Amino acid sequence: MRLVVDLNKCQGYAQCAFLAPDVFAMHGEEALIYDPCPQEEQRERVARAVAACPVRAITADGLHRAGGTQEASDVR
Amino acid sequence: MSADHVERLRREGRIVIVGASLAGLRAAETLRAEGFAGDLTLIGDEPCEPYDRPPLSKSALLGMASPLRTELPRRREIDAKWRLGVAATGLDLAAKRVRLADGDEVEYDRLLIATGVRARPWFNEEEARLDGVCVLRTRQDAADLARRLKAGPRRVFVIGAGFAGSEVASACRETGLPVSMAERAAAPLVGALGGVVGAVAADLATEHGVDLRTHVTVTALEGDTVGRVRAVHLSDESVVEADVVVVSLGSLRNTEWLAGSGLGAGPRGIACDAGCRAFDFRGIVTDDVFVAGDVARSPHALFGYQFLSLEHWGNAVAQAETAAHNMICDGADRRPHLWMPAFWSSMFGVNIKSVGVPPMGEQLMITQGSLAERRFVGVYGHQGRIVAAVTFDNARWLEFYQRQIERGAPFPVEFSTPDRRPEGRQPVPAGFPDPSLPTHGPMVTLTGYSPADQQLVFHPARH
Ligand SMILES: Cc1cc2nc3c(=O)[nH]c(=O)nc-3n(C[C@H](O)[C@H](O)[C@H](O)COP(=O)(O)OP(=O)(O)OC[C@H]3O[C@@H](n4cnc5c(N)ncnc54)[C@H](O)[C@@H]3O)c2cc1C
Ligand code: SF4
Repeated sequence: MRLVVDLNKCQGYAQCAFLAPDVFAMHGEEALIYDPCPQEEQRERVARAVAACPVRAITADGLHRAGGTQEASDVR
Repeated sequence: MSADHVERLRREGRIVIVGASLAGLRAAETLRAEGFAGDLTLIGDEPCEPYDRPPLSKSALLGMASPLRTELPRRREIDAKWRLGVAATGLDLAAKRVRLADGDEVEYDRLLIATGVRARPWFNEEEARLDGVCVLRTRQDAADLARRLKAGPRRVFVIGAGFAGSEVASACRETGLPVSMAERAAAPLVGALGGVVGAVAADLATEHGVDLRTHVTVTALEGDTVGRVRAVHLSDESVVEADVVVVSLGSLRNTEWLAGSGLGAGPRGIACDAGCRAFDFRGIVTDDVFVAGDVARSPHALFGYQFLSLEHWGNAVAQAETAAHNMICDGADRRPHLWMPAFWSSMFGVNIKSVGVPPMGEQLMITQGSLAERRFVGVYGHQGRIVAAVTFDNARWLEFYQRQIERGAPFPVEFSTPDRRPEGRQPVPAGFPDPSLPTHGPMVTLTGYSPADQQLVFHPARH
């Protein structure tokens, strides 16, 4: 599982840090830092964080265990 | 170009991308997303899959991420031939061929150049080789630096207080390491954001315990008998003992491999039109060679058609998407790359974001918050228009200012904002250094073609 946050888009709403605190963390009041290669057991939480980000700033792949094509979750 | 030709290109053409990083990968994905079904080859001199660089100076140094695990997520399958760990060494424009370091040649119908930049090394080669002297551009650099920081050096010395240098200094302080940072200008970030905002960055650094030295240059790095760096010598004659030195003096564009190719490529990057098509050295636009990302310089209608070179993550993504689209389109369907420049950084727990082109602004107005609180919006003006905005821990305002810049809204800012601070009502000089003097990696360069690269003899027309 890999992810990247478009921090130009990110508004620091901290939704992701609330849903997957081991992957996303607020650094100071507004800045987000994150682990781009989270552990497998974070999959569910990361998926929820991706879905909950109000500005769709998180792109992740490998979220769907079934494999096949790894469509990323922000495919426009 | 006929529609037939484009159809054939989309169906069975050959596209080669040189530079397999952020821009290269996003371009490849866009090509497939837009229906390109032909041969796609990605050439990259790094031995690994495309990875993300911004975390290398942030979460990776803070121990939150492994510097070797920042590979970029894939937006889709790209079904490409990967040639990794091999550099492109030459380009034959006429034969449409890229030469590789291993002697191979790859033919293309369309080429995308996305070779980015590399860290500017310490100027004295012998000193640069001392053990403990680092740069930070690749994931290997980051892994090396992270390992050295973890070993608990007595002091880290950062040369150059641009964004990357300041982020390193910030990470050092957060992990409890003593750190000194030297800067030729009056303050950190001056090249990117000007002296007024730079002064805030200076206060931030010193309050967090950075030994900040401004108006100085590093003159020499001193090694011990076994070749490890031991001390840093400064132009004010002071000497600072340090066993890790991070050279953070901006970047060099990876264009040397194009020397003699006939492309308009040089130390300032590769010039292209707004559609990402590269210029040849005569200033004539090519129609099969495209550029994107840090290595490109392209004209922007909003900023006086100046050629902008942006070392911004978001630009690499947006320009790659536009270049890819244009590579497989007919003239009328092509789009200009008129992305609004934007970047972020964070240091000492403060979120710094900007839109537009701050170094273009002569004047600055604080419209929200205050410099003293280090929580503010600064708006930059050029010839009566808003050209940029920067926020310290106030990012939610940026979108609003982005629209002001897009509209060419007047400067000084006219609207009254909810909080009226004393410093907010008057524009002041933004305090950018003389652009003809070198600064440390401003991230945005407003450039003309370097006269040193001139390959043409200029003959004025006779009437
Ligand atoms: C430590 C660090 C922190 C950053 N932080 C931020 C930030 O907070 N915000 C922000 O907006 N931006 C940030 N950036 C900038 C951002 O990472 C870049 O803008 C982005 O990586 C540009 O992507 P690119 O694909 O154009 O170039 P690059 O990522 O430089 O990729 C170019 C690739 O081409 C390869 N290459 C070069 N020459 C050849 C050749 N001849 N043949 C084959 N391959 C070649 C290179 O090795 C490299 O892999 C940061 C950069 C660094 C290094
Ligand atoms: S949820 Fe989205 S906007 Fe909020 S902090 Fe996370 S990435 Fe940023």
